[in-house]
Order: sequence, then C-alpha cells, then structure tokens
Amino acid sequence: MRFLKLSLGNPPNRKKTRKKRNLLSTAHQYEFTFKINFITFTYKTRHQMFRKFIRLEWKAFRRSPTFNVNLALKILMGFGWAYFVFAFTVLGVAAFYGLAEAGYEPLKKISQFLIYWWVGDLIIRYFLQQSPVLKVQPFIGLPIRKNILTNYILGKSFLSFFNIYPFFLFIPFTISLLINGYSIIGAIAWYLAILSLICINNFLFLLIDNKNILFISAAVAIASLGALQFFDILDITQYTGPVFHSFYKLPWTALIVIGIAVFMYRQCYHFYRYSLYLDDKIKKKADVASTHEYAWLNQFGLMGTFLKNDLKLIFRNKRPRNTVWVSLLFLFYGLLIFINPQYHNANAWLIFAGTFIPGGFLFSFGAFVPSWDSAYYPLMMSQNIKYQEYLASKWWLVTVATIVSMILSAFYLIIGVKYYLAILAGGVYNIGVNGYLVLLGGAYTKTAIDLSTGKKPFGDKKAFNVKTMLLTIPKIVVPIFIFILVNLFFGMEAGFLAVGLTGVAGLLFRNLMFRQIARIYKEEKYDTLLSYKKGAN
Amino acid sequence: MIEVNNLKKIYGDRCVLNIPEMSIPDGQCFGLVGNNGAGKTTFFSLILDLIMPSTGEISNHGFIVNKSEDWKPFTSAFLDESFLINYLTPEEYFYFIGELRGQHKSEIDQYLEQFKDIFSDEILGQKKYIRDLSKGNQKKVGLVGAFIGSPEVIVLDEPFANLDPTTQFRLKAMLKKIATEGKQTLLISSHDLMHTTEVCDRIVVLNKGLITKDIRTSPETLKELEAFFSVEPTNEAGQ
Repeated sequence: MRFLKLSLGNPPNRKKTRKKRNLLSTAHQYEFTFKINFITFTYKTRHQMFRKFIRLEWKAFRRSPTFNVNLALKILMGFGWAYFVFAFTVLGVAAFYGLAEAGYEPLKKISQFLIYWWVGDLIIRYFLQQSPVLKVQPFIGLPIRKNILTNYILGKSFLSFFNIYPFFLFIPFTISLLINGYSIIGAIAWYLAILSLICINNFLFLLIDNKNILFISAAVAIASLGALQFFDILDITQYTGPVFHSFYKLPWTALIVIGIAVFMYRQCYHFYRYSLYLDDKIKKKADVASTHEYAWLNQFGLMGTFLKNDLKLIFRNKRPRNTVWVSLLFLFYGLLIFINPQYHNANAWLIFAGTFIPGGFLFSFGAFVPSWDSAYYPLMMSQNIKYQEYLASKWWLVTVATIVSMILSAFYLIIGVKYYLAILAGGVYNIGVNGYLVLLGGAYTKTAIDLSTGKKPFGDKKAFNVKTMLLTIPKIVVPIFIFILVNLFFGMEAGFLAVGLTGVAGLLFRNLMFRQIARIYKEEKYDTLLSYKKGAN
Repeated sequence: MIEVNNLKKIYGDRCVLNIPEMSIPDGQCFGLVGNNGAGKTTFFSLILDLIMPSTGEISNHGFIVNKSEDWKPFTSAFLDESFLINYLTPEEYFYFIGELRGQHKSEIDQYLEQFKDIFSDEILGQKKYIRDLSKGNQKKVGLVGAFIGSPEVIVLDEPFANLDPTTQFRLKAMLKKIATEGKQTLLISSHDLMHTTEVCDRIVVLNKGLITKDIRTSPETLKELEAFFSVEPTNEAGQ
C-alpha cells in the first residue's frame, strides 16, 4: 500500500480575527490525512465534526423564519415557551402532591397509567414528529464518515420537542419523590427507566417512519384497551402498573430498559448507516398516484374545479391530512369539558365547547387558506382565477366538514341532550359566521406552508399576527356573549337558539364577505407572494 | 399590444429595472437576454403583476396589469416550479389549467396529442404526481400547460433550461410555429443565445436593469450578441 501515507497534519492556523480561544489541547485539532496517489482524503475527527454540526444547527436555527420575527413576537414566543416549561414543571410537581392528597401512593398510581402515556406518546410522535433524515442529504457527497452522519441523524432526532418535554415533566416529579423520602436509588432508577422509554419511543419512531399499518394497529389497540378500562371492563394496568413500578422497587430492572434502549439505538444506527443513498432512505418516496377523479364535482362548474383540487390537496399531502385528524380529535374535546364536574353549571362553557367541537376542521384548515396554496401562489395569482369561486369552494369544504362533525358528535346525546344542542348551535354559528372570519384571518396570515412535512400544527409562529388574534373575539367570544345574554332572560334553549339564529343570519352576508375577502387577497397579494417565496415553514 | 411606460423597480437604493418606454406588438416573438441579475425575471414578474412597480405601469392589451384583472383570461405563463401544482398528476394539472381557460376535457386531450413525443411515455399515464417527476419532466409539464387553450400572451422564463436536447429542438420548432402564425404574443427569456436568435424576431438585451440593445433578429444577430457578451468584465457596457 505504498499509496497510503498516514500523516498527522499540522494543527490548523487560528484566524487572527477570532477572539474566542480554543481551550482544547492541540492533539484534538490534528487532522488525520490519508494520501492516496494525489488524492487526499481528510477525515476530521469525530469531535471536530460534532462542533461543526453544532455550529450548523445553530446557524439554521438563527436563520429560520420562526426566529426572524419582530421583537414583539419573539417576546410572545418566549412567554409561550416559558409557559410550557412552567406548565410541565407544575404538572410534574402537582402530579405528586395532588395524587398524595387524593389518597393514592403517587409513584404507584403514575406507574399504573404510564402504559397509556408511553403508547400515547408514540402515537402522537407519529403524527407530529419530524424525521431528520432528509436534512442529511447535502452531506453525503462530502468527505464525512458515514458513521458520523448516521450519528448526526440520530442525534438530531433528539432535538425534537418530544424528547425535551419529559425532562420538564419527570424531573420535578422525581425530585418530589426524593424529597419525600423515597429511596434515592429507586427513584433515580425509575427516572432513568422513563428516560430510556422516551429514547425507545424516539428510535421506534425513526424505525417505523411512515409505515401506517403498524401505527394504526397500535393506536387502535391502545384506544380500545383504554376504552375497556374506562368502562371498567378490563383493567390492563393491573398488569402493566407493577412492571413500571418495579423500576423503583427493583432498581436493577431499569438496566433492562436501558439495555433495550441501547439495543434500539443499534437497530436504528444499522438501519440508517446502510441506507445513506440517494435512492434509499434519503430520498423522498414517490407515491403511486391515485386516479380518483371526483367526477361528481364537475356539476358545480368552476367551484367544482377548485373543490377537486382541494380534496386532492387534503388527501395527497401530509400536512393538510393532519388537519383532518386534528378535527377528529376536536370531536372529543367535549369529553374533557362536559364530564368535568367543575363545568357542569357553567353554561357559558357549553357554548364554547359547542363551537369548538364541530369547528376542528374549520379552524385548523380554514385558518390557513390560502397558505395551503402557497407553493403555487404565483400560478393562482396570475391565472384566470375568480377569487369568489375559490373562496366559495373553501367555504363549502369547511361547511361540509362542520356538518359532518355535527352529525358525528351525536354521541354526546348519550351524555345529555343539552350538550348536543350546544354543539348544534355552535355548529350553525360556525357555518354562518366563523366560516368567513376564519377565511378573513387567513388572508392576513402570510405563512407559507410546506405541504409535505407533517410539522406540528401548533408550531406556526407566524400565525400569531394581531389581526388574526383580534378575529378570535367574534369567533369565540361573541357566541358566548350572545348565549349568556339570552340565557339570562329566556333560558338555556333560547340561548342556543339565539346563537344558531345568529349563524343563519350570517349566511345572508356570504357574498358580501366573499367580496371583501377577495379584495383583501388582492391588496395583500404582493406581500403574500414575497412571504411565500421566502420559504415554507 | 403590451406597453411599458416609465417602468422602474427599486429595491432599497438599488434600481433593478428601468424601462422608460417599450411596446411589444401583437403576434411578436419577443426574446429577452441578459446576464444574471439583469432584471429579466423582474420584468416578467411585473408583467404578471406578481410584484408591484416602484413607478410606471405595464398595460396588456389595454388593461393596466396592476389595476385590472381582465388580462388574466388570455395571458398564460410559466416562470418556475411555483407555477406547478405538485400534488397533481400531469393530466390533472392540464385539465385544471384548461378548465380555467374554458377548455373542455376532450379539447385538452386532443391538444395534448401533439406532445406525445415530447412526453415520451414519462409523463402521461404514469400515475406519478408532478412532485415525483424529474426536474426536466416537471418543466415539460409547465411549458405545455402554458400553451393549453392557445392564450394570446404567453410568458416563458428560460424555457430551454434543464430540457434534454430533443425536447429543446421540439420546443424550438413549436415556438417558431407559433411565431410564424403570428396570432399569439410570446415573451421568452433565455440564457441560450442560439436558441433565442433562432426563435425570436426581436431581441432585447437587458443589463443591470437597462435596455442596452433592442434589435430585429437577422442572420448577424447571433454574432452581435456573442460579441456583446464576451466582452471583458471591466469593459462591460452599462457605463
């Protein structure tokens, strides 16, 4: 191998302009150089690559659209994050003391329900977490060892919210355990076991990336087990609880979980290491196109043309598809409110929930019209698109979705007729009033949307502009107000009726509203185009 | 007739486009050449009312583009991939565009027949979404979409870029046919001097936002343009 010449290069020259001094010893700064003929491969040491990647990540963050908002928004975002941290910490502490007060032994109780949390975490990750694999594509042609790239992917996946929140949730809980006399080793072992479960979930998410069947079956399984438990038919926590509790009682069992986590890490590592090819994992998969023509929409003329596109938009793209799931989730929001005895007598909450429950799709999809079309907005703006028809199609979409939600939420009748009446009233109000308001708000929200990523719906920081927030008032506050007023004089049913009638009255303004919104589209056109061009979130 | 009047686009303190007066008669095949940053895409974006002029206006067949929308029914364009709806299949995209221009499905099908060879079995009937096609094929879809419905004004930004050689020839032939028929106004920008001189009957050279040449194409035009662009950087016109 006379062509191979291993030599230790010189330490790199430090630029005189750099003020920060490296504190590392010079040994770490040597590059290992292989000379093959006249081609020189230089592999940086792992440590150097790590520092380079950290710097790149920091630059990406500093230059991301969510970071480059004005100061007011940054402060708002800061508060938002602070709130999250605070809320989770409080939850962690409250979980302990709250359960203790309620007469349960906190650790045992938590361990009992951890199974649901664990599987639920995995399911939510499936919907909302982003896989970092695609971001590694620029690096594979560079002289970086594939081992390092694989670790980069795995490490980057840990930067997700889903791997950070458990710290804020479980550390306070564990500290509460420790200061309340629980065995130190046991508590720490339990905490480490929980952390390992998080890691396992993260790796599972990476491995199962996009294989729908597995997730659907896991989701169905856990949902049915949960339902069985809720109705006291079958209690799996009797079996799973002791398992989680044993991490505390028998600390060495935590080693098993840690071992599984390490095993999963190796699996993931192996999985990605050997598929770092452009035609493999890194490449976005091409779907086989569905040829469903939605011919039945042709009868609606131009509006039908737009509706066909919208349906295809929703079914063929991850992000809009997620809003459908979110709207289904909204249907169950009532269970939180209605069942909670605290809200039983607060009728105002009824209307709030009644607006929220059938409004899932309306709020989550409607608010981002026209952002859904941001990728081809220049096409939409330069072609012969009658904006009224465009708006009409979106309006019909959210209206039909609201009607479907109203029908599906009929199960609330089991809990009580008044709940369903609230939903009906709120639903009609949604159709008659909130439909336009949401579209109006969307005209001012200039967030570009990347249809392909399944990015978390709550991550859209640009959506927090003043006009949009102001519009929340008529959307939610007004129906509550109307209800309270009418309820005071004429009773609950009349209150519902009043809200519903307001919705019907709103329908009369439909064309006027469409004209207004179309005017705003035109006014905001240039700003919107520029904002979309700057990049999708 | 497309008329440009006192058109200026200024970003900050930089004037990226300055055209005091220009008019493009009906049926002309208008070629726009220039180096990067010359203002070609800016000009096309202004024609399509995608950006707002700092001063001046453009009128398209009598309609001032940033004041009226009546120019849209007879104007089509393909500037870049933001003119493609990438979650549709090519067929769906063509039908969508065609419906916007008042064409029926059967008319569109008939119109697409002539492109069978350009598509060479990779685009139609492939059950692929536009987002999963190669860049060159995506470009083909966009270009053909711009021609559907025979609009009176067609704006194409660098249509020859990224196309394979065969398609470049076919596209050239097609553009020449449209140019000789004279019923549609074509606005084309390109970096390929040869293609542009072969297809267009008028060529305008933009440099740093200013028109430096406005010539009727003749057999000498190619040499003239090559001479212009191969000038040493320090001597570049614009002074």
